[in-house]
Amino acid sequence: MSKQYETVIGLEVHVELATKTKIFCSCSTAFGGAPNTHTCPVCTGMPGSLPVLNKQVVEYALAVGLAANCQIHQYCKFDRKNYFYPDNPQNYQISQLYLPICHDGGIEIETAEGKKTVRIHEIHMEEDAGKLIHDEWEDCSLVDYNRSGVPLIEIVSEPDMRSAEEVIAYLEKLRMMIQYLGASDCKLQEGSMRADVNLSVREVGTEAFGTRTEMKNLNSFRAITHAIEGEKNRQIDLLESGEQVVQETRRWDDTKGASYAMRSKEDAQDYRYFPDPDLTPVVISDEWIQEIRDRQPEMREEKQERYQKEYGIPAYDAGILTSAKRMADMFEETTALCKSPKKVSNWLMVETMRLLKEHGMDAEDIRFSPENLAKLIGLTEAGTINNTVAKEVFEFVFDKDIDPEQYVEEKGLKMVGDEGALRGTIEEIVAANPQSVADYKGGKQKAIGFLVGQTMKAMKGKADPGVVNKILKEILDK
Amino acid sequence: MDIRNLTALELGKKIKTGEIGVVEATKAALEQIQAVDETVNAFVTVDEAGALRRAEEVQKQIDEGSLTGALAGVPAAIKDNLCTKDLLTTCSSKILYNFKPTYTAEAVRNLERAGAVLLGKTNMDEFAMGSTTETSAFGVTRNPWNTAHVPGGSSGGSCAAVAANECFYALGSDTGGSIRQPSSFCGVTGIKPTYGTVSRYGLIAYGSSLDQIGPVAKDVSDCAAVLEAISSYDRKDSTSLKREDCDFTSALVDDVQGMRIGIPRDYLGEGLDEEVKAAVLAAAKALAAKGAVVEEFDLSLVEYAIPAYYVIAAAEASSNLARFDGVKYGYRTEEYEGLHNMYKKSRSEGFGEEVKRRIMLGSFVLSSGYYDAYYLKALRTKALIKQAFDEAFEKYDVILGPAAPTTAPKLGESLSDPLKMYLGDIYTISVNLAGLPGMTVPCGKDSKGLPIGLQMIGDCFQEKKMIRAGYSFECTRKYEAPELAERRGK
Repeated sequence: MSKQYETVIGLEVHVELATKTKIFCSCSTAFGGAPNTHTCPVCTGMPGSLPVLNKQVVEYALAVGLAANCQIHQYCKFDRKNYFYPDNPQNYQISQLYLPICHDGGIEIETAEGKKTVRIHEIHMEEDAGKLIHDEWEDCSLVDYNRSGVPLIEIVSEPDMRSAEEVIAYLEKLRMMIQYLGASDCKLQEGSMRADVNLSVREVGTEAFGTRTEMKNLNSFRAITHAIEGEKNRQIDLLESGEQVVQETRRWDDTKGASYAMRSKEDAQDYRYFPDPDLTPVVISDEWIQEIRDRQPEMREEKQERYQKEYGIPAYDAGILTSAKRMADMFEETTALCKSPKKVSNWLMVETMRLLKEHGMDAEDIRFSPENLAKLIGLTEAGTINNTVAKEVFEFVFDKDIDPEQYVEEKGLKMVGDEGALRGTIEEIVAANPQSVADYKGGKQKAIGFLVGQTMKAMKGKADPGVVNKILKEILDK
Repeated sequence: MDIRNLTALELGKKIKTGEIGVVEATKAALEQIQAVDETVNAFVTVDEAGALRRAEEVQKQIDEGSLTGALAGVPAAIKDNLCTKDLLTTCSSKILYNFKPTYTAEAVRNLERAGAVLLGKTNMDEFAMGSTTETSAFGVTRNPWNTAHVPGGSSGGSCAAVAANECFYALGSDTGGSIRQPSSFCGVTGIKPTYGTVSRYGLIAYGSSLDQIGPVAKDVSDCAAVLEAISSYDRKDSTSLKREDCDFTSALVDDVQGMRIGIPRDYLGEGLDEEVKAAVLAAAKALAAKGAVVEEFDLSLVEYAIPAYYVIAAAEASSNLARFDGVKYGYRTEEYEGLHNMYKKSRSEGFGEEVKRRIMLGSFVLSSGYYDAYYLKALRTKALIKQAFDEAFEKYDVILGPAAPTTAPKLGESLSDPLKMYLGDIYTISVNLAGLPGMTVPCGKDSKGLPIGLQMIGDCFQEKKMIRAGYSFECTRKYEAPELAERRGK
């Protein structure tokens, strides 16, 4: 490759909002109901039905817009995007084209290259479509409208990113911000956050943008990174071999590690956007904006600082604890119950993170309650169980949110610290391991560790290690 | 006394006193439908069993004292673009030939709360697109005054049914004159209220920003009573308005002393039939004789109303009618290959000529590159027309004019020249563009014996002034029914 190329990337991010009901009707947004059970005449496009805007959608969109430093269109409207597809019961999607609720914002990201601002072109509100299910067996397609009308915001960035690293930093920042606002859980795998990547390449130093493509079906940060690398290389190869990049939409297949053209610009539909006459304009007063501003929760940076000051948590740890809203919530709620911030932090940063990783889960997937973690910490502090047992019990807390007090009681895991009960076992261990005893007496202090281990094993981990040490020394030093 | 000749309020009173039973009244209407509807074809669906069942229920509630309204027990007909739960609702289109809604339109529910007995669903121009009720997929409706003539449209079935004594009142919808023009042709009274007064929830949309539901009846009193019953603020319709002044029957006062009435000179010019003009001017004179101050004035922009209307209504219709695709309900073509082909064939076969013409027109004016030139310009025109009316209503309480340039044309005369047909809407259309209330009251007949309608237009929320003027005029004459309405038995 003789020339130097630069990648130019802009993102369109769809986020499913965490409202209880849909954007234009009062049906539930709950995920996973039996097909077509969360539906009504409005979200199934029945003749004569009319949309009524869910106020909470506007509030979430405003909250995200304000957090992303956007300007607000205080007079905004909904438009119809007309296209035929069976997952869209009215054959138009209610969206915003002419006057989106938020515009001209930006957020700061940080990568190895340093800090930079990614500008946000606009944020608009719209409705999600239903889901098509293709039944190969019956050779027909079925449609489930449970998702039809679930509220979305689409966050459109300017083409300000230059690498996959920047894209991931932007998405992580966005995700964290939205999670902190409580506006969405932002799960890529479940589709509550979806990113389309617009990418073009140009020779370093040129002003004009190259022809861009749009990449869809990116379900993880990993897929996004791969798709960006793949598409960048594909475009450069085309240009290097004297061909041209075609403006088109491409679908990324992460298992094959390649993308396929879905439709080109020539097939681009004319969506015949026009203001939806069934909805009145949304008028957003200064007071309403102020109300939303006043209600904005504590964001990550503020939390990080407070954890250090209030709880004496080191900066690095505070960074990890606040890396997901759920984690920070767990930390604060558990600490409020057991008053041992450092221990809570330790349980979350070590055991919780380990188990999340092992299970391939996100912090958002944490199922256990602060109450049970607090109880577990209480048990260790009271000396009821030792650390080894605590770790074992925690796995059950993590998995099934069991009550550790009850569990320890039922399984008889209480630490044995009674000297009389331990002495017999220790004497047996000492008798059975003359070599270790000789080693110890010969000056190898470490040999006592082996004997402690054997005792713990014999006691099924329930012995109080302090007491075991004390008795062992008594016997050996005799 | 023949029950069928009573007005809705007269019948309601007799039902209340027990002089006439609800079942008896319902049977009378059903018998009349039997007798004349083969000729008139005002109904797409007659729900005989449902109506009789409902009549008994209503009678019980009246006897118990839980239903006391003026319209309790009075049989009515509903235009077939208003959803009625489990009862066929077709919009007179093949594409909805088998469609039974899962819910009932809010306006119809309001009527039911008032104790109405629904007789069935009335014929209309397909999806309310047309001025003659000839574009129906279920046959033309004939004018009860002369069955060689059209009843007007699109609420032709509702107006013909009232004129032919097949029901005591009916609901229609009005997007560009669809209540007022057929009321004029059929010699009945109809009101299109201020936009937002009656919930559109359950009205199968044609032009959403223009559509309003309204009553059709034998006289102004009935219309006022029905409008009072169907008006309501509805959270399910974002364009619905909270109004505290929907006691329309309080405006039934025979007094126009000092009322300022304006007649747009533009409404009396070229294209207006001489006999219609004479009847309208005579009506104005009658009002002046009662003390109203009547004068002619210039209402500008009249000539722009039709193009603006056909751009806006067609644009909205092209999107509103997209949901009829053969996927979820209604007509699906028998044989097809793949999704696109199914859409194309179902819609090509399911929609009629006029509907397809307007979908194409609407799709064109919204397409990129034309949106600004047509759609946005039409919206600006709409705003200017509203402004022109605002200025007029600074001077006048009510605007008066013809409802249509002619009396009812013969069957088959209009469809061959759609542009000419569109021009027939000239006096009614701007009322929808400006969101105003409008009303038609019969004011005479032409030399062929066909009815002529007088149109009254009020300012936004000023239905009461319009109703008072209409009622006062009505008091100067007697309701006349066509001969066919008097026909009994087969």
